[in-house]
Amino acid sequence: MSQNSNILVVGIGGQGVMTATEILAEAAIAMGHDAKKTEVAGMAQRGGVVSSHLRFGDRVLSPQITPGTADVLLGFEAAEGLRWRHMLRPNGIALMNTARLVPPVVELGLFDYPDDPIAEMKAAGTKVVAFDATSIALELGDIRLGNTVMLGAIGDHLPFSAEVLLECVLKRFRRKGDKVVEMNRKAFEAGRAAVGAAQAAVA
Amino acid sequence: MAAVMPAPAQSRLLMSGNEAVARAVWESGVKVAAAYPGTPATEMLEVISTYPDVYAEWSVNEKVSLEVAIGAAYAGSRSFCCMKHVGMNVASDALMTLTLTGVIGGLVIAVADDVGLSSSQNEQDSRFWGRFAHLPVLEPSDSQEAYEMTRFGYALSEKFQVPVILRMTTRINHVKSLVTVGEREAHGAAGFQKNPARWVMTPAGAGKRIPLMFDRDIALRQVADESELNRVEPGSDKRVGFIASGTAYMHVKECFPDAPVLKLGLSCPVPVEKAKALAALADQVVVVEEVEPLVENELKAAGLNVLGKDILPRSGELAPHVLKPAIAKLLGEPVPETQVAPPMQIFPRPPTMCVACPHLGVYYTLSQIKNLTISGDIGCYTLGAGHPWNALDTTISMGASMGIALGLDKGRGESDKDKRILAVIGDSTFMHMGMQGLLDIVYNKGNVTILLLDNRAVGMTGGQNNPGNGYDLHDNEAPRIDFVNLVKALGVKEERVHKVDPYQLPVLFKTIREEIKVPEVSVVITDQPCVLTKAYHKMKPYEVDEDKCTGCGNCIEVGCPAIHVTRRGKEVKASGREVDLAFVRIESSVCTGCGLCLQPCAPKAIQHYEPVSPIKLVKSAEEVA
Repeated sequence: MSQNSNILVVGIGGQGVMTATEILAEAAIAMGHDAKKTEVAGMAQRGGVVSSHLRFGDRVLSPQITPGTADVLLGFEAAEGLRWRHMLRPNGIALMNTARLVPPVVELGLFDYPDDPIAEMKAAGTKVVAFDATSIALELGDIRLGNTVMLGAIGDHLPFSAEVLLECVLKRFRRKGDKVVEMNRKAFEAGRAAVGAAQAAVA
Repeated sequence: MAAVMPAPAQSRLLMSGNEAVARAVWESGVKVAAAYPGTPATEMLEVISTYPDVYAEWSVNEKVSLEVAIGAAYAGSRSFCCMKHVGMNVASDALMTLTLTGVIGGLVIAVADDVGLSSSQNEQDSRFWGRFAHLPVLEPSDSQEAYEMTRFGYALSEKFQVPVILRMTTRINHVKSLVTVGEREAHGAAGFQKNPARWVMTPAGAGKRIPLMFDRDIALRQVADESELNRVEPGSDKRVGFIASGTAYMHVKECFPDAPVLKLGLSCPVPVEKAKALAALADQVVVVEEVEPLVENELKAAGLNVLGKDILPRSGELAPHVLKPAIAKLLGEPVPETQVAPPMQIFPRPPTMCVACPHLGVYYTLSQIKNLTISGDIGCYTLGAGHPWNALDTTISMGASMGIALGLDKGRGESDKDKRILAVIGDSTFMHMGMQGLLDIVYNKGNVTILLLDNRAVGMTGGQNNPGNGYDLHDNEAPRIDFVNLVKALGVKEERVHKVDPYQLPVLFKTIREEIKVPEVSVVITDQPCVLTKAYHKMKPYEVDEDKCTGCGNCIEVGCPAIHVTRRGKEVKASGREVDLAFVRIESSVCTGCGLCLQPCAPKAIQHYEPVSPIKLVKSAEEVA
């Protein structure tokens, strides 16, 4: 297709998937790229599936990532990685939060939630790096830092430096004071380190 | 929404199509903007409301919003109106005669089609309105074009004194891309000039305007053939030439960068001469349009040999993974493998009601009552058709729950003889188009019980204000309608109107049970705010005492997403019947303490969540000592 970068961010309505993708888009634009961001998020606020597409490069035409061409899959929820892994290109990488969000249709016994979605992704041949963003955020003292942890996780898997993304993340929190900025910087670095460590463990 | 400082001219901003249109509306000097919320169009007016010097309002429905915009345009002001595709059905009564009067101040009507049905009850193509109402249609293919075409739309509108349709789709409204913005241009209002022959559409008056409309058609056809918005882009791969508009144009350029393309920006009237020019550049021509074959059929009627829906899907988005295989097949090439691996089949995540949603109590109650036929409406409460409630039987259009309920009552078959007919409608939908239906039920002595779910917001589109919550678009205080008095004024007897708290299940159950037995119209109004709005106040969360939980699963039937099964089991009852058990926990971090799940819990296993804090541990240690 083209030399554009394709990033797919997936999760559940309310998890902050769309905001995360928007921050990634801002970072791409800060690097001088053209960018388009789109999502399939019909009634996402009601617990539905959200998949947010980011494409950037010299010139982006179609806003949609074609199945089999995503460079990176950033998953906010474990089973959603399984749902979207077909979007990855060969040798693309999935960066997966291990958090499980079980919907009411599963609680009602109408469907099953996979026992180990990450293992199933790997068994299906997807390159996966998994980490527990929720626990990392809680250790840092606030579950709301989870999204920044997720962005840190993708920091070293972009065609530009993680610092550019970090700046775009922190810009969002500047108004809230130095303390909040510092917390988010730590969360970003923790996400980055978690992926690095998980990758090292595999290698 | 609060006003903000607009970004300076020449700023290059990441904007959604909705944001880009809003900016262009402001820059065009629009004085009046009106809309009713509807996905994916909602944000246009929300963003316009943050700009200075524009009067912006939530109207009660799309027809009223268009009429407000028409009035302003008659007064010589530039005006704007936006809606989702189905909104235009409501507004079309005004639209179809507006085309005869035309306008003085520019009027752009943005209509957002939900191609692929991400959040709508149907998938219709608003470009039809251009044909039906003899109006020009602009089709942007990204945010920059949404911005530019809105600006152009005002110039076109005023030049021909014609309202202009800006046809958008979800992939334009909600896609963010870069836009270079410009300066605001001041635009005064000429003032309303009395002219009954022009503004009063009697049969005689309208008859005189029709030939003028036909003349305008001819003039606009010439504009379409000359406009730079319709451009032929030559290409070296002459096997297939494409005619495309909207996002489909971007998909075509992505997939076939070397093919000749006619890009349509002003797509109605169809620029036939330019289509002929494109046809001369390629062996064959494929029209790529979402979703109906409008341009295709008009070109075929004009004698051009084009393909379109013969080889492309009739519905849904024409994304690269759809387009590429279709064209490969046409060319007799191997179909490219668009997917490395097929998607895995895993559980679905249908949209569901929020934790502590006041509608949960209503649908749990309805699911416990037998022999009901429930006509539903458009809003979050449409989700009541899903699991675990399965308590909604029809949904078609805004306000339809009323008339359909009356029809179900009057048209009862033998099998419906003992059925109780209910209608479920939300506050905003009731004011949008439900009130007239209720009046009809009263007038025609229908036997219908109406549940008016007042959650004080347009919930599904993000909790916008409406006349029922006492706030306007800008969050300023506004007159608040009293639903009890409103339905009484529509003729419902005082003793048949009840206001209940949907979190009080026994009261709700008793009220509905009693009212469905009464053979006349009743209205039960539930009155608790949407949990996503600032009117909602969280309370102390709950947790499950695992030692007390018997696994009966009653609480799961409420349908709150905060309730999770920890383990399942089976139990053989004294009667010998085997029952499934589901032991639960409450995700206390998201529980807001509404207390709905407590009420059906037989063993009283749900209690307030007490976080284990160090202080408490010390205290209990002392108590033990």
